[in-house]
Amino acid sequence: MYVAVKGGERAIDNAHAWLAEERRGDLAVDALSVAQIREQLSLAVTRVMAEGSLYDPDLAALAIKQARGDMIEAIFLIRAYRTTLPRFGVSVPVDTGAMSCERRVSATFKDAPGGQVLGPTFDYTHRLLDFKLAAEGQEPEAVARGEAQDGPVPHITEFLNTEGLIQQEVDNATETPPDLTRQPLELPANRALRLQNLTRGDEGFLLGMAYSTQRGYARNHAFVGELRIGVVAVEMDIPELGFAIEIGEMTLTECETVNQFKGSKTEPPQFTRGYGLVFGQNERKSISMALVDRALRWKELGEDDLGAPAQDEEFVLYHSDNIQATGFLEHIKLPHYVDFQAELELVRKMRAAAESAPRRQEAAE
Amino acid sequence: MDLRNERKDWLGLLARSAAPQVATLFASLKGVPQHHFLRRAEIGGVMTQGRMGATGAAFNLGEMTVTRCAVQLADETVGHGYVQGRDKTHAAQAALVDAMMQTAAADHVYEALLLPLATSAQAAKAARAAKAAATKVDFFTLVRGED
Repeated sequence: MYVAVKGGERAIDNAHAWLAEERRGDLAVDALSVAQIREQLSLAVTRVMAEGSLYDPDLAALAIKQARGDMIEAIFLIRAYRTTLPRFGVSVPVDTGAMSCERRVSATFKDAPGGQVLGPTFDYTHRLLDFKLAAEGQEPEAVARGEAQDGPVPHITEFLNTEGLIQQEVDNATETPPDLTRQPLELPANRALRLQNLTRGDEGFLLGMAYSTQRGYARNHAFVGELRIGVVAVEMDIPELGFAIEIGEMTLTECETVNQFKGSKTEPPQFTRGYGLVFGQNERKSISMALVDRALRWKELGEDDLGAPAQDEEFVLYHSDNIQATGFLEHIKLPHYVDFQAELELVRKMRAAAESAPRRQEAAE
Repeated sequence: MDLRNERKDWLGLLARSAAPQVATLFASLKGVPQHHFLRRAEIGGVMTQGRMGATGAAFNLGEMTVTRCAVQLADETVGHGYVQGRDKTHAAQAALVDAMMQTAAADHVYEALLLPLATSAQAAKAARAAKAAATKVDFFTLVRGED
Protein backbone atom coordinates (compact mmCIF):
# COMPACT_ATOMS: atom_id res chain seq x y z
CA MET A 1 0.00 0.00 0.00
CA TYR A 2 1.22 3.48 -0.86
CA VAL A 3 0.35 6.18 1.67
CA ALA A 4 0.63 9.77 0.44
CA VAL A 5 3.27 11.99 1.95
CA LYS A 6 3.39 15.77 2.10
CA GLY A 7 6.24 18.20 1.73
CA GLY A 8 9.38 18.39 -0.33
CA GLU A 9 7.86 20.89 -2.75
CA ARG A 10 10.94 23.09 -3.00
CA ALA A 11 13.24 20.10 -3.44
CA ILE A 12 10.97 18.73 -6.19
CA ASP A 13 10.95 22.09 -8.02
CA ASN A 14 14.71 22.28 -7.81
CA ALA A 15 15.08 18.69 -9.01
CA HIS A 16 12.93 19.46 -12.05
CA ALA A 17 14.92 22.61 -12.79
CA TRP A 18 18.12 20.59 -12.68
CA LEU A 19 16.52 17.92 -14.87
CA ALA A 20 15.79 20.59 -17.49
CA GLU A 21 19.38 21.79 -17.37
CA GLU A 22 20.77 18.27 -17.64
CA ARG A 23 18.43 17.61 -20.55
CA ARG A 24 19.98 20.53 -22.39
CA GLY A 25 23.49 19.26 -21.67
CA ASP A 26 26.66 21.20 -22.41
CA LEU A 27 25.70 24.66 -23.71
CA ALA A 28 28.78 24.63 -25.91
CA VAL A 29 27.03 21.95 -27.98
CA ASP A 30 24.14 22.97 -30.25
CA ALA A 31 20.64 22.19 -29.02
CA LEU A 32 18.82 19.38 -30.84
CA SER A 33 15.66 20.42 -32.68
CA VAL A 34 12.50 18.33 -32.77
CA ALA A 35 12.77 18.25 -36.56
CA GLN A 36 16.32 16.86 -36.31
CA ILE A 37 15.10 14.05 -34.07
CA ARG A 38 12.16 13.35 -36.38
CA GLU A 39 14.39 13.16 -39.46
CA GLN A 40 17.60 11.65 -38.10
CA LEU A 41 16.44 9.40 -35.25
CA SER A 42 13.46 8.18 -37.23
CA LEU A 43 13.54 4.62 -35.94
CA ALA A 44 13.41 5.87 -32.35
CA VAL A 45 10.45 8.01 -33.42
CA THR A 46 8.84 4.94 -34.94
CA ARG A 47 9.19 2.97 -31.73
CA VAL A 48 7.67 5.73 -29.63
CA MET A 49 4.72 5.98 -32.02
CA ALA A 50 4.15 2.22 -32.05
CA GLU A 51 4.32 1.69 -28.30
CA GLY A 52 2.72 5.04 -27.53
CA SER A 53 -0.03 3.84 -29.90
CA LEU A 54 -0.32 7.22 -31.61
CA TYR A 55 0.91 7.94 -35.12
CA ASP A 56 2.37 11.45 -35.04
CA PRO A 57 6.10 11.75 -35.83
CA ASP A 58 6.41 15.33 -34.57
CA LEU A 59 4.90 14.50 -31.19
CA ALA A 60 7.03 11.38 -30.84
CA ALA A 61 10.17 13.41 -31.63
CA LEU A 62 9.17 16.00 -29.03
CA ALA A 63 8.60 13.25 -26.48
CA ILE A 64 12.07 11.80 -27.15
CA LYS A 65 13.63 15.22 -26.65
CA GLN A 66 11.69 15.84 -23.44
CA ALA A 67 12.54 12.37 -22.10
CA ARG A 68 16.28 12.82 -22.80
CA GLY A 69 16.12 9.79 -25.07
CA ASP A 70 14.54 7.51 -22.44
CA MET A 71 12.23 5.59 -24.77
CA ILE A 72 9.80 4.31 -22.16
CA GLU A 73 9.50 7.77 -20.62
CA ALA A 74 8.81 9.15 -24.12
CA ILE A 75 6.19 6.46 -24.76
CA PHE A 76 4.61 7.37 -21.41
CA LEU A 77 4.34 11.01 -22.53
CA ILE A 78 2.63 9.97 -25.77
CA ARG A 79 0.20 7.65 -23.98
CA ALA A 80 -0.71 10.48 -21.61
CA TYR A 81 -1.24 12.93 -24.49
CA ARG A 82 -3.30 10.36 -26.40
CA THR A 83 -5.88 10.22 -23.62
CA THR A 84 -6.61 13.95 -24.07
CA LEU A 85 -7.67 13.57 -27.71
CA PRO A 86 -11.36 13.40 -28.60
CA ARG A 87 -12.01 10.33 -30.78
CA PHE A 88 -13.25 11.42 -34.21
CA GLY A 89 -13.89 7.90 -35.35
CA VAL A 90 -12.43 4.62 -36.53
CA SER A 91 -10.68 4.16 -39.86
CA VAL A 92 -11.54 1.71 -42.57
CA PRO A 93 -9.09 -1.21 -42.08
CA VAL A 94 -5.93 -0.32 -44.00
CA ASP A 95 -5.24 -2.24 -47.20
CA THR A 96 -1.64 -3.42 -46.97
CA GLY A 97 -2.06 -5.09 -50.38
CA ALA A 98 -2.15 -1.56 -51.84
CA MET A 99 0.96 -0.46 -49.93
CA SER A 100 3.63 1.58 -51.73
CA CYS A 101 6.37 -0.86 -50.76
CA GLU A 102 9.81 0.49 -49.93
CA ARG A 103 10.99 -2.90 -48.76
CA ARG A 104 9.57 -6.30 -49.47
CA VAL A 105 11.39 -9.55 -48.90
CA SER A 106 10.43 -13.17 -48.64
CA ALA A 107 12.48 -15.88 -46.96
CA THR A 108 10.35 -18.60 -48.52
CA PHE A 109 10.03 -17.68 -52.19
CA LYS A 110 13.17 -16.76 -54.06
CA ASP A 111 11.33 -15.69 -57.18
CA ALA A 112 8.47 -13.87 -55.53
CA PRO A 113 6.25 -12.21 -58.14
CA GLY A 114 6.84 -8.49 -57.84
CA GLY A 115 10.42 -9.12 -56.83
CA GLN A 116 12.43 -8.77 -53.67
CA VAL A 117 13.14 -5.18 -52.73
CA LEU A 118 15.71 -4.63 -50.00
CA GLY A 119 14.89 -1.00 -49.22
CA PRO A 120 16.86 1.06 -46.68
CA THR A 121 17.97 -1.92 -44.58
CA PHE A 122 20.70 -2.61 -42.03
CA ASP A 123 20.81 -6.19 -43.37
CA TYR A 124 24.08 -7.07 -45.09
CA THR A 125 25.92 -4.18 -43.38
CA HIS A 126 29.04 -5.33 -41.55
CA ARG A 127 28.11 -3.74 -38.24
CA LEU A 128 31.39 -1.88 -38.17
CA LEU A 129 31.34 1.59 -36.69
CA ASP A 130 31.44 4.19 -39.42
CA PHE A 131 33.76 6.91 -38.20
CA LYS A 132 32.90 9.05 -41.19
CA LEU A 133 29.59 9.77 -39.46
CA ALA A 134 31.46 11.29 -36.53
CA ALA A 135 33.08 13.80 -38.82
CA GLU A 136 31.32 16.53 -40.72
CA GLY A 137 31.11 15.26 -44.24
CA GLN A 138 29.29 15.22 -47.48
CA GLU A 139 25.65 14.23 -47.67
CA PRO A 140 24.96 10.63 -48.67
CA GLU A 141 22.79 9.99 -51.67
CA ALA A 142 20.71 6.97 -52.60
CA VAL A 143 20.75 5.48 -56.06
CA ALA A 144 17.43 6.35 -57.67
CA ARG A 145 17.64 4.89 -61.14
CA GLY A 146 15.56 1.82 -60.58
CA GLU A 147 12.59 1.20 -62.77
CA ALA A 148 9.65 1.81 -60.50
CA GLN A 149 6.71 -0.49 -60.93
CA ASP A 150 3.14 0.60 -60.72
CA GLY A 151 0.15 -1.12 -59.27
CA PRO A 152 -0.43 -3.19 -56.17
CA VAL A 153 2.16 -5.74 -55.05
CA PRO A 154 0.42 -9.03 -54.24
CA HIS A 155 0.94 -10.71 -50.87
CA ILE A 156 3.32 -13.63 -51.31
CA THR A 157 1.54 -15.96 -48.90
CA GLU A 158 -1.54 -15.82 -51.12
CA PHE A 159 0.34 -17.92 -53.67
CA LEU A 160 0.21 -20.85 -51.26
CA ASN A 161 -3.53 -20.40 -51.24
CA THR A 162 -3.83 -21.48 -54.85
CA GLU A 163 -2.90 -24.99 -53.72
CA GLY A 164 -4.95 -24.68 -50.54
CA LEU A 165 -1.78 -25.32 -48.55
CA ILE A 166 -2.19 -22.45 -46.13
CA GLN A 167 -4.89 -21.51 -43.69
CA GLN A 168 -7.13 -18.82 -45.19
CA GLU A 169 -7.60 -15.42 -43.66
CA VAL A 170 -11.15 -14.30 -44.29
CA ASP A 171 -13.08 -11.50 -42.69
CA ASN A 172 -15.68 -13.46 -40.74
CA ALA A 173 -16.06 -10.96 -37.91
CA THR A 174 -19.61 -10.28 -36.85
CA GLU A 175 -18.83 -7.62 -34.28
CA THR A 176 -16.53 -4.62 -33.99
CA PRO A 177 -13.12 -5.55 -32.61
CA PRO A 178 -12.55 -4.85 -28.90
CA ASP A 179 -10.51 -1.76 -28.06
CA LEU A 180 -7.98 -1.87 -25.23
CA THR A 181 -8.07 1.91 -24.93
CA ARG A 182 -11.78 1.79 -24.11
CA GLN A 183 -12.27 -1.43 -22.12
CA PRO A 184 -9.74 -2.94 -19.75
CA LEU A 185 -8.08 -6.16 -20.84
CA GLU A 186 -10.13 -9.22 -19.98
CA LEU A 187 -9.34 -12.87 -20.60
CA PRO A 188 -9.83 -14.95 -22.59
CA ALA A 189 -8.90 -12.45 -25.30
CA ASN A 190 -9.84 -12.96 -28.92
CA ARG A 191 -7.20 -12.63 -31.63
CA ALA A 192 -8.18 -9.03 -32.43
CA LEU A 193 -7.56 -7.98 -28.84
CA ARG A 194 -4.30 -9.92 -28.70
CA LEU A 195 -3.03 -8.23 -31.87
CA GLN A 196 -3.86 -4.77 -30.52
CA ASN A 197 -2.00 -5.61 -27.33
CA LEU A 198 1.00 -6.96 -29.23
CA THR A 199 1.33 -4.09 -31.69
CA ARG A 200 1.61 -1.60 -28.82
CA GLY A 201 3.59 -3.96 -26.60
CA ASP A 202 7.20 -3.51 -25.58
CA GLU A 203 9.61 -4.39 -28.37
CA GLY A 204 12.14 -5.99 -26.05
CA PHE A 205 9.52 -8.11 -24.30
CA LEU A 206 8.06 -9.33 -27.62
CA LEU A 207 11.53 -10.06 -28.97
CA GLY A 208 12.31 -12.19 -25.92
CA MET A 209 8.99 -14.03 -26.16
CA ALA A 210 9.41 -14.64 -29.91
CA TYR A 211 13.00 -15.81 -29.43
CA SER A 212 11.84 -18.28 -26.79
CA THR A 213 9.55 -19.93 -29.38
CA GLN A 214 12.51 -20.24 -31.76
CA ARG A 215 14.62 -21.84 -29.06
CA GLY A 216 12.04 -24.53 -28.43
CA TYR A 217 9.41 -23.20 -26.03
CA ALA A 218 6.28 -23.96 -28.08
CA ARG A 219 8.31 -24.25 -31.24
CA ASN A 220 6.25 -23.56 -34.33
CA HIS A 221 8.87 -23.37 -37.10
CA ALA A 222 8.26 -19.91 -38.46
CA PHE A 223 9.45 -18.74 -41.86
CA VAL A 224 9.07 -15.15 -42.89
CA GLY A 225 6.70 -15.60 -45.80
CA GLU A 226 6.82 -11.90 -46.41
CA LEU A 227 8.03 -8.75 -44.77
CA ARG A 228 6.98 -5.45 -46.27
CA ILE A 229 7.51 -1.84 -45.27
CA GLY A 230 5.82 1.07 -46.97
CA VAL A 231 3.13 3.69 -47.01
CA VAL A 232 -0.58 2.98 -46.83
CA ALA A 233 -3.48 5.39 -47.09
CA VAL A 234 -5.84 5.71 -44.14
CA GLU A 235 -9.51 6.16 -44.99
CA MET A 236 -12.40 7.01 -42.73
CA ASP A 237 -16.13 7.35 -43.26
CA ILE A 238 -17.09 10.97 -42.68
CA PRO A 239 -20.73 11.13 -41.51
CA GLU A 240 -21.23 14.76 -42.60
CA LEU A 241 -20.03 13.89 -46.11
CA GLY A 242 -21.70 10.51 -46.38
CA PHE A 243 -18.64 8.81 -47.88
CA ALA A 244 -15.12 7.76 -46.95
CA ILE A 245 -12.11 9.97 -47.63
CA GLU A 246 -8.40 9.58 -47.07
CA ILE A 247 -7.47 11.36 -43.85
CA GLY A 248 -3.76 10.70 -44.12
CA GLU A 249 -1.16 8.04 -44.68
CA MET A 250 1.27 6.12 -42.55
CA THR A 251 4.32 3.96 -42.87
CA LEU A 252 3.73 0.42 -41.61
CA THR A 253 5.78 -2.74 -41.27
CA GLU A 254 3.93 -5.97 -41.95
CA CYS A 255 5.19 -9.50 -41.36
CA GLU A 256 3.44 -12.66 -42.39
CA THR A 257 4.94 -15.86 -41.14
CA VAL A 258 4.31 -19.28 -42.58
CA ASN A 259 4.33 -21.96 -39.91
CA GLN A 260 4.34 -25.73 -39.98
CA PHE A 261 1.15 -27.39 -38.86
CA LYS A 262 0.75 -31.12 -38.55
CA GLY A 263 -2.99 -30.95 -38.90
CA SER A 264 -5.64 -31.75 -36.32
CA LYS A 265 -8.78 -33.85 -36.03
CA THR A 266 -10.63 -31.46 -38.33
CA GLU A 267 -7.87 -29.91 -40.44
CA PRO A 268 -5.47 -31.56 -42.91
CA PRO A 269 -1.73 -30.82 -42.64
CA GLN A 270 -1.12 -27.31 -43.97
CA PHE A 271 0.71 -24.11 -43.22
CA THR A 272 -0.68 -21.67 -40.70
CA ARG A 273 0.04 -18.01 -40.22
CA GLY A 274 1.29 -15.54 -37.70
CA TYR A 275 0.76 -11.85 -38.31
CA GLY A 276 2.59 -8.71 -37.33
CA LEU A 277 1.64 -5.14 -38.22
CA VAL A 278 3.40 -2.22 -36.58
CA PHE A 279 3.53 1.57 -37.00
CA GLY A 280 6.59 2.84 -38.85
CA GLN A 281 9.65 0.96 -39.96
CA ASN A 282 10.24 -1.74 -37.37
CA GLU A 283 10.76 -5.23 -38.67
CA ARG A 284 12.21 -6.69 -35.47
CA LYS A 285 8.99 -5.84 -33.67
CA SER A 286 6.82 -6.95 -36.56
CA ILE A 287 8.49 -10.38 -36.86
CA SER A 288 8.35 -10.80 -33.07
CA MET A 289 4.67 -9.94 -33.09
CA ALA A 290 3.96 -12.53 -35.78
CA LEU A 291 5.78 -15.29 -33.89
CA VAL A 292 4.02 -14.51 -30.62
CA ASP A 293 0.65 -14.20 -32.40
CA ARG A 294 1.17 -17.68 -33.85
CA ALA A 295 2.18 -19.16 -30.50
CA LEU A 296 -0.93 -17.71 -28.85
CA ARG A 297 -3.18 -19.34 -31.47
CA TRP A 298 -2.60 -22.86 -30.13
CA LYS A 299 -6.13 -23.22 -28.80
CA GLU A 300 -8.00 -22.33 -32.01
CA LEU A 301 -5.64 -24.58 -34.02
CA GLY A 302 -6.17 -27.51 -31.65
CA GLU A 303 -2.50 -27.74 -30.66
CA ASP A 304 -1.20 -28.93 -27.30
CA ASP A 305 -0.59 -26.54 -24.46
CA LEU A 306 3.09 -27.18 -23.87
CA GLY A 307 3.14 -24.85 -20.90
CA ALA A 308 5.47 -22.45 -22.72
CA PRO A 309 5.41 -18.80 -21.67
CA ALA A 310 4.64 -17.62 -25.23
CA GLN A 311 1.49 -19.78 -25.27
CA ASP A 312 0.23 -18.30 -22.03
CA GLU A 313 -2.07 -15.48 -23.05
CA GLU A 314 -2.35 -14.13 -19.52
CA PHE A 315 1.42 -14.06 -19.12
CA VAL A 316 2.06 -12.42 -22.49
CA LEU A 317 -0.78 -9.90 -22.58
CA TYR A 318 -0.48 -8.75 -18.98
CA HIS A 319 3.28 -8.21 -19.17
CA SER A 320 3.76 -6.78 -22.65
CA ASP A 321 2.73 -3.22 -21.87
CA ASN A 322 5.82 -1.32 -20.77
CA ILE A 323 3.85 1.62 -19.38
CA GLN A 324 1.83 -0.59 -17.06
CA ALA A 325 4.97 -2.49 -16.16
CA THR A 326 7.14 0.52 -15.50
CA GLY A 327 4.36 2.27 -13.59
CA PHE A 328 4.08 -0.60 -11.16
CA LEU A 329 7.78 -1.31 -11.04
CA GLU A 330 8.88 2.27 -10.48
CA HIS A 331 6.22 3.09 -7.90
CA ILE A 332 8.13 1.06 -5.33
CA LYS A 333 10.82 3.73 -5.21
CA LEU A 334 8.30 6.35 -4.03
CA PRO A 335 7.89 6.93 -0.29
CA HIS A 336 6.46 3.84 1.43
CA TYR A 337 7.35 4.96 4.96
CA VAL A 338 4.06 4.15 6.72
CA ASP A 339 3.84 0.86 4.86
CA PHE A 340 7.38 -0.03 5.79
CA GLN A 341 6.88 1.01 9.43
CA ALA A 342 4.12 -1.59 9.68
CA GLU A 343 6.43 -4.24 8.18
CA LEU A 344 9.15 -3.25 10.61
CA GLU A 345 6.79 -3.61 13.58
CA LEU A 346 5.67 -6.98 12.30
CA VAL A 347 9.20 -8.33 11.91
CA ARG A 348 10.13 -7.09 15.39
CA LYS A 349 7.08 -8.84 16.86
CA MET A 350 7.79 -12.07 15.00
CA ARG A 351 11.41 -12.00 16.10
CA ALA A 352 10.44 -11.39 19.74
CA ALA A 353 7.96 -14.26 19.52
CA ALA A 354 10.57 -16.57 17.98
CA GLU A 355 13.10 -15.75 20.69
CA SER A 356 10.68 -16.41 23.53
CA ALA A 357 9.15 -19.53 22.00
CA PRO A 358 11.90 -22.14 22.87
CA ARG A 359 11.89 -21.00 26.49
CA ARG A 360 8.15 -21.47 26.70
CA GLN A 361 8.59 -24.91 25.19
CA GLU A 362 11.21 -25.80 27.79
CA ALA A 363 8.93 -24.63 30.53
CA ALA A 364 6.17 -26.85 29.21
CA GLU A 365 8.40 -29.91 29.34
CA MET B 1 -7.94 10.12 -59.45
CA ASP B 2 -10.03 13.06 -60.68
CA LEU B 3 -8.94 16.05 -58.63
CA ARG B 4 -11.05 18.51 -60.55
CA ASN B 5 -14.38 16.76 -60.12
CA GLU B 6 -14.15 14.21 -57.31
CA ARG B 7 -14.57 15.68 -53.86
CA LYS B 8 -13.16 12.50 -52.29
CA ASP B 9 -9.96 12.92 -54.29
CA TRP B 10 -9.27 16.57 -53.47
CA LEU B 11 -10.11 16.03 -49.79
CA GLY B 12 -7.67 13.11 -49.66
CA LEU B 13 -4.90 15.11 -51.29
CA LEU B 14 -5.44 18.01 -48.86
CA ALA B 15 -5.34 15.58 -45.90
CA ARG B 16 -2.04 14.01 -46.97
CA SER B 17 -0.23 17.18 -48.00
CA ALA B 18 2.24 18.91 -45.71
CA ALA B 19 0.74 21.89 -43.89
CA PRO B 20 3.47 24.41 -44.87
CA GLN B 21 3.03 23.66 -48.56
CA VAL B 22 -0.75 24.02 -48.35
CA ALA B 23 -0.27 27.33 -46.51
CA THR B 24 2.10 28.71 -49.15
CA LEU B 25 -0.17 27.76 -52.05
CA PHE B 26 -3.27 28.95 -50.20
CA ALA B 27 -1.67 32.37 -49.74
CA SER B 28 -1.28 32.60 -53.51
CA LEU B 29 -5.03 32.12 -54.14
CA LYS B 30 -6.87 35.10 -55.61
CA GLY B 31 -9.63 36.05 -53.22
CA VAL B 32 -10.79 33.90 -50.36
CA PRO B 33 -14.59 34.23 -50.07
CA GLN B 34 -16.46 35.46 -47.01
CA HIS B 35 -17.13 32.58 -44.67
CA HIS B 36 -17.90 31.60 -41.10
CA PHE B 37 -16.94 28.51 -39.15
CA LEU B 38 -19.55 25.84 -38.59
CA ARG B 39 -16.92 24.02 -36.57
CA ARG B 40 -13.69 25.70 -35.60
CA ALA B 41 -10.59 23.63 -36.21
CA GLU B 42 -10.21 20.95 -33.54
CA ILE B 43 -7.53 18.33 -32.93
CA GLY B 44 -8.52 14.74 -32.28
CA GLY B 45 -7.62 11.12 -32.79
CA VAL B 46 -8.77 8.42 -35.17
CA MET B 47 -8.38 4.76 -34.29
CA THR B 48 -6.80 3.04 -37.27
CA GLN B 49 -7.42 -0.61 -38.02
CA GLY B 50 -5.58 -3.40 -39.74
CA ARG B 51 -6.66 -6.88 -40.82
CA MET B 52 -5.38 -10.20 -39.43
CA GLY B 53 -3.15 -11.76 -42.04
CA ALA B 54 -3.83 -8.69 -44.24
CA THR B 55 -7.20 -10.02 -45.43
CA GLY B 56 -8.96 -11.32 -42.31
CA ALA B 57 -11.05 -9.69 -39.61
CA ALA B 58 -10.21 -6.18 -38.41
CA PHE B 59 -8.26 -5.28 -35.27
CA ASN B 60 -7.32 -1.95 -33.71
CA LEU B 61 -3.83 -0.90 -34.69
CA GLY B 62 -3.46 2.42 -32.86
CA GLU B 63 -4.53 6.01 -33.21
CA MET B 64 -3.35 8.84 -35.42
CA THR B 65 -3.77 12.58 -34.93
CA VAL B 66 -6.28 14.33 -37.18
CA THR B 67 -7.52 17.93 -37.26
CA ARG B 68 -10.92 18.83 -38.67
CA CYS B 69 -12.81 21.98 -39.49
CA ALA B 70 -16.05 23.01 -41.23
CA VAL B 71 -16.79 26.34 -42.92
CA GLN B 72 -19.78 27.87 -44.64
CA LEU B 73 -19.51 30.48 -47.37
CA ALA B 74 -21.91 33.41 -47.77
CA ASP B 75 -23.76 31.46 -50.48
CA GLU B 76 -24.25 28.62 -47.94
CA THR B 77 -21.75 26.28 -49.57
CA VAL B 78 -20.28 24.05 -46.85
CA GLY B 79 -16.66 22.92 -46.85
CA HIS B 80 -15.08 20.21 -44.69
CA GLY B 81 -11.44 19.66 -43.91
CA TYR B 82 -9.99 16.53 -42.31
CA VAL B 83 -6.20 16.58 -42.29
CA GLN B 84 -3.47 14.43 -40.78
CA GLY B 85 -1.60 15.96 -37.84
CA ARG B 86 -2.32 18.83 -35.49
CA ASP B 87 -2.19 21.95 -37.67
CA LYS B 88 -5.41 23.96 -37.25
CA THR B 89 -4.58 26.34 -40.10
CA HIS B 90 -4.11 23.34 -42.38
CA ALA B 91 -7.59 22.02 -41.48
CA ALA B 92 -9.23 25.43 -41.93
CA GLN B 93 -7.55 25.94 -45.30
CA ALA B 94 -8.58 22.45 -46.39
CA ALA B 95 -12.20 23.24 -45.48
CA LEU B 96 -12.06 26.52 -47.42
CA VAL B 97 -10.55 24.82 -50.45
CA ASP B 98 -13.27 22.16 -50.25
CA ALA B 99 -15.93 24.88 -50.21
CA MET B 100 -14.32 26.88 -53.04
CA MET B 101 -14.04 23.75 -55.19
CA GLN B 102 -17.85 23.66 -55.15
CA THR B 103 -18.11 27.22 -56.48
CA ALA B 104 -17.16 29.09 -59.65
CA ALA B 105 -13.65 29.50 -58.21
CA ALA B 106 -13.02 25.77 -58.69
CA ASP B 107 -10.89 26.05 -61.83
CA HIS B 108 -8.61 28.62 -60.26
CA VAL B 109 -8.24 26.67 -56.98
CA TYR B 110 -7.60 23.48 -58.92
CA GLU B 111 -4.84 25.03 -60.98
CA ALA B 112 -3.23 27.20 -58.32
CA LEU B 113 -3.38 24.82 -55.39
CA LEU B 114 -4.50 21.24 -56.05
CA LEU B 115 -2.45 20.66 -59.16
CA PRO B 116 0.88 21.78 -57.63
CA LEU B 117 0.13 19.72 -54.49
CA ALA B 118 -0.59 16.65 -56.61
CA THR B 119 2.49 17.19 -58.74
CA SER B 120 4.86 17.40 -55.80
CA ALA B 121 3.19 14.45 -54.05
CA GLN B 122 3.59 12.41 -57.21
CA ALA B 123 7.24 13.45 -57.59
CA ALA B 124 8.04 12.55 -53.97
CA LYS B 125 6.36 9.17 -54.37
CA ALA B 126 8.14 8.46 -57.65
CA ALA B 127 11.51 9.39 -56.14
CA ARG B 128 11.09 6.90 -53.31
CA ALA B 129 9.76 4.24 -55.66
CA ALA B 130 12.83 4.66 -57.88
CA LYS B 131 15.14 4.27 -54.87
CA ALA B 132 13.24 1.15 -53.80
CA ALA B 133 13.44 -0.27 -57.32
CA ALA B 134 17.22 0.28 -57.31
CA THR B 135 17.42 -2.15 -54.36
CA LYS B 136 15.52 -4.91 -56.14
CA VAL B 137 17.52 -8.08 -55.86
CA ASP B 138 17.69 -11.47 -57.49
CA PHE B 139 18.89 -14.29 -55.27
CA PHE B 140 20.66 -17.15 -57.01
CA THR B 141 20.89 -20.57 -55.47
CA LEU B 142 24.58 -21.46 -55.74
CA VAL B 143 24.89 -24.64 -53.74
CA ARG B 144 22.14 -26.31 -51.89
CA GLY B 145 23.32 -27.18 -48.41
CA GLU B 146 22.61 -30.73 -47.30
CA ASP B 147 21.17 -30.68 -43.82
